[in-house]
Amino acid sequence: MSRKLLLKNDHIQGINTLKTYKENGGYSVLEKALKGMSPDAIVEEVKKSGLRGRGGAGFPTGMKWSFLAKPEGVPRYLVCNADESEPGTFKDRYLMERIPHLLVEGMILSSFALGANTSYIYIRGEYFYVSRILEQAIEEAYQAGYLGKNILGTGFDLDLYVQVGAGAYICGEETALLESLEGKRGNPRIKPPFPAVAGLYGCPTVVNNVETIAAVVPIIEMGGDEYAKIGIGKSTGTKLISASGHINKPGVYEIELGLPVEEFIFSEEWCGGIKGGRKLKAVVAGGSSVPILPADLILKTANGEPRLMSYESLGEGGFVTGTMLGSGGFIVMDEDTSIVKNLYTFSRFYHHESCGQCSPCREGTGWMERILKKILDGRGSLADIDLLWDIQSKIEGKTICPLGEAAAWPVAAAIRHFRPEFEAYVTNPDSIKDIKHYYRLKN
Amino acid sequence: MTNSQDIQFSTEAMEKVRKIISRYPTGKHKSALIPILHIAQAEFGGWLSSQTMDYVASILEIQPIEVYEVASFYSMFNLQPVGNCLIEVCRTSSCWLCGAEDIIDHIENKLGITVGETTPDGMFTLKAVECLGSCGTAPMMQVGADYHENLTIEKVDNLLDQFKTDNKKSRYC
Amino acid sequence: MPKITIDDIPIEVPEGTTILQAARMIGGDIVPPAMCYYSKLETSGGYCRTCIVKVEQGSAKDPRPMPKPVASCRTTVMDGMVVRNITSPENLEARAGVVEFLLLNHPLDCPVCDQAGECHLQDLSYEHGKEATRNEFERREYDPIDIGDKIKLHMNRCILCYRCVKVADQLTDGRCHGVINRGEHAEISTYIEKAIDNDFSGNMIDVCPVGALTDRTFRFKSRVWFTKPVDAHRNCDKCCGKVRLWNQGEEVLRVTARKDQWGEVEDNDDGSTAWICNECRFEKKNLSDWTIEGPSDISRHSVISANHYETLRSIQTNTLKMMGAKPHGVKVELGEGALDPNNQK
Ligand SMILES: Cc1cc2nc3c(=O)[nH]c(=O)nc-3n(C[C@H](O)[C@H](O)[C@H](O)COP(=O)(O)O)c2cc1C
Ligand code: SF4
Ligand code: SF4
Ligand code: FES
Ligand code: FES
Repeated sequence: MSRKLLLKNDHIQGINTLKTYKENGGYSVLEKALKGMSPDAIVEEVKKSGLRGRGGAGFPTGMKWSFLAKPEGVPRYLVCNADESEPGTFKDRYLMERIPHLLVEGMILSSFALGANTSYIYIRGEYFYVSRILEQAIEEAYQAGYLGKNILGTGFDLDLYVQVGAGAYICGEETALLESLEGKRGNPRIKPPFPAVAGLYGCPTVVNNVETIAAVVPIIEMGGDEYAKIGIGKSTGTKLISASGHINKPGVYEIELGLPVEEFIFSEEWCGGIKGGRKLKAVVAGGSSVPILPADLILKTANGEPRLMSYESLGEGGFVTGTMLGSGGFIVMDEDTSIVKNLYTFSRFYHHESCGQCSPCREGTGWMERILKKILDGRGSLADIDLLWDIQSKIEGKTICPLGEAAAWPVAAAIRHFRPEFEAYVTNPDSIKDIKHYYRLKN
Repeated sequence: MTNSQDIQFSTEAMEKVRKIISRYPTGKHKSALIPILHIAQAEFGGWLSSQTMDYVASILEIQPIEVYEVASFYSMFNLQPVGNCLIEVCRTSSCWLCGAEDIIDHIENKLGITVGETTPDGMFTLKAVECLGSCGTAPMMQVGADYHENLTIEKVDNLLDQFKTDNKKSRYC
Repeated sequence: MPKITIDDIPIEVPEGTTILQAARMIGGDIVPPAMCYYSKLETSGGYCRTCIVKVEQGSAKDPRPMPKPVASCRTTVMDGMVVRNITSPENLEARAGVVEFLLLNHPLDCPVCDQAGECHLQDLSYEHGKEATRNEFERREYDPIDIGDKIKLHMNRCILCYRCVKVADQLTDGRCHGVINRGEHAEISTYIEKAIDNDFSGNMIDVCPVGALTDRTFRFKSRVWFTKPVDAHRNCDKCCGKVRLWNQGEEVLRVTARKDQWGEVEDNDDGSTAWICNECRFEKKNLSDWTIEGPSDISRHSVISANHYETLRSIQTNTLKMMGAKPHGVKVELGEGALDPNNQK
């Protein structure tokens, strides 16, 4: 059995209540830290742990925390990113729904470390029922004296609120999230300034993913050095993976970073292999934004090394033969899957979710979707494939926020690794009829 | 001009609104806009008319355009009336891989409408939406606040029947 | 003061200067085109991406190149920065891509657009665009609407530069128009029919880089290049009263603010911006209302080309072609008639 830090108690009945959570050791880390550690000491442990942001970018959390500006007399904020809208990703929902107090405890610990006296959890609007679960947990924490004024008699004050979004993937981008939290359209801000200097209401702010903040609890519990021993190389600790698609056992798994991809897909402990005994065709390993890889490249790197579930190993080979761990949204496709059609669902998604501020993304995402639809409809030409390639290259890197890249990369990767399939669509559509279940196009 | 006087939150809703506004630092009450729009949508028929939005603007003491800008940005706010029961089926990658299109087809046939339409009796509106964070239990749909997961044709049939008997309203807040 | 080079030209600029401002200090064709940035409006810029440049060296301290092109209008210089604009073929290619995106949904109505001859998008496509667009899909279409009795909005032509929104925020006392909807469907709107009515709202017309916001009081549909701009002033208790009149014979067809070589409203002597009020703009259409100072010094090339019809013609035809018009399509080619001062259609 693999080691579990976040989900070790997820099977316990009633773990969503304060009572059961406490009976299983909950809030003991908070008590220990608030009474016995300085905020800086907590930051230090997080630094030592090597924890990297679990929201997608993988930025070292301790370093991010140490960048937080601390001008006199200006409030600081901690905002938890629970927007979770990257297709293929549902781990934060699972964690918040099952063990809401773990996030609440992490928020209190982290707010204490950062010197924030008001913190927000920004959750996507569709997770309304989860927001209720969180609010319930927060209410319990207030009652127990873990929130509010003079927490545990330490003089530390903290108010924690849940803010519900209203349907916009882009609000997962941290500055768009802050805009939304300020009651505005979710338009990403032009950086600099970064949130660490001017974030919520113009004040220094740290934005972290749900899983990142939850991981602070076991890190303080075991110490940063111990945490860093788990995992592999610079990919320390455990990671929640959202596994979906054509596998026997979809769901959220906590893995130790460094687990071989092959084992993850095929072992009974994890995904349990491909549904119906079919063959593996491709995997999107880290949420819709990251490059798709064909079976051979997801199982082994171009050098023939086994591919591991870690930031470095998945990134091995760059975008030519590699991909990214991203948010850990692991989408598996069997041999009958149309890669073109899957790409179309992604492109339609990015088109739908572009905020519309900057011209390459506003105009380019819709254009790519239309061309893909044309190809799927059997009206495409070889030139359309080249055009798609060119459009994605003209979006990538030219936009205000990384949604531009997120829209461009999947297109580039699908063409890079599955060009013959695109060509078949335009030159010989009949040859694809075998995969007709997935070939069919519906609006 | 608008008659924001015509609409008024219930005392209960107004209490919620006040509580929400108190979460933010003084002068930052605009932060309450999105939560309040959710309440308004639930209170006033499942959608946001310009009167409703003007009313919200007056509560927060902001310009009406600031409300229109925000309301029209987020996909959960309906700027046109919708049926009592709004059915939102996810159509993105993982759900598509697991048969979301069959589910959508089936609902279309059963209700006699296509995606984006409302049944003539005003009972159901069907939408195809983007990933709702339930990809591991695909295919799925959201109705009101509820997630219905691991859908099969039979399951959908049962749900639709039940919604009809319960005269289900998808409003929530 | 930071020292930088742009296209190998060295310049020393005050701390906090943006790359675009530094380039404007140098002048000439190394200045990146700016469709959304407007130096007189706070927080403008960053949206259109036409001003992107390549930063080959971030600073003397950290000489690494920046990984992506940056918006020169929103990037401040650092000592030792090495910037490439027109000396980077890669950058020019990237910009051509942005131009193609901007034209993707732009209507083919230059021949009937009030802005023709002073449209920044036309200049941009002429100077920075490439061959014809590869877009074969239908363009977004919106009906033109009147926002009040003074201003017309042709949303089809809008490039969402946000300048008019910033004017309303920064110059007027209650914004009633803005950007609604999201992504490709984002549009400038009042949402419900509303007149934009404020003493300074007319400045939205002057900042609009394209023909999306136009002056409904512009009498007679006249091509800009048939009007003679003169600078004039009057005593106005609301604004500086310093304007540009666009006359035909004895008639004042249109009143605008005075613009500088970057197409921005000029500064007053005290450094403030010479915005004009709606009374001066919309109500004072008699020569006798004004003290004439003399012919305007206009440096924007497409307006100069008023005297060079052929240049203008080729700019327009080229723009139209890039937007996908058939090269010899009768409908969209700038017809002879359009160049005839007596043709007031
Ligand atoms: C388009 C876009 C969507 C994003 N969505 C999310 C999201 O849903 N959840 C999240 O935690 N981070 C998301 N991010 C990343 C955040 O901007 C940010 O990096 C992250 O919340 C930082 O937290 P971390 O360091 O703990 O990962 C997104 C980024 C982009 C560009
Ligand atoms: S890249 Fe797309 S989502 Fe990001 S700011 Fe630009 S238009 Fe908005
Ligand atoms: S109407 Fe003109 S000024 Fe306003 S956003 Fe559009 S192009 Fe810019
Ligand atoms: S793809 Fe349907 S819920 Fe994620
Ligand atoms: S002028 Fe710089 S991005 Fe538009």
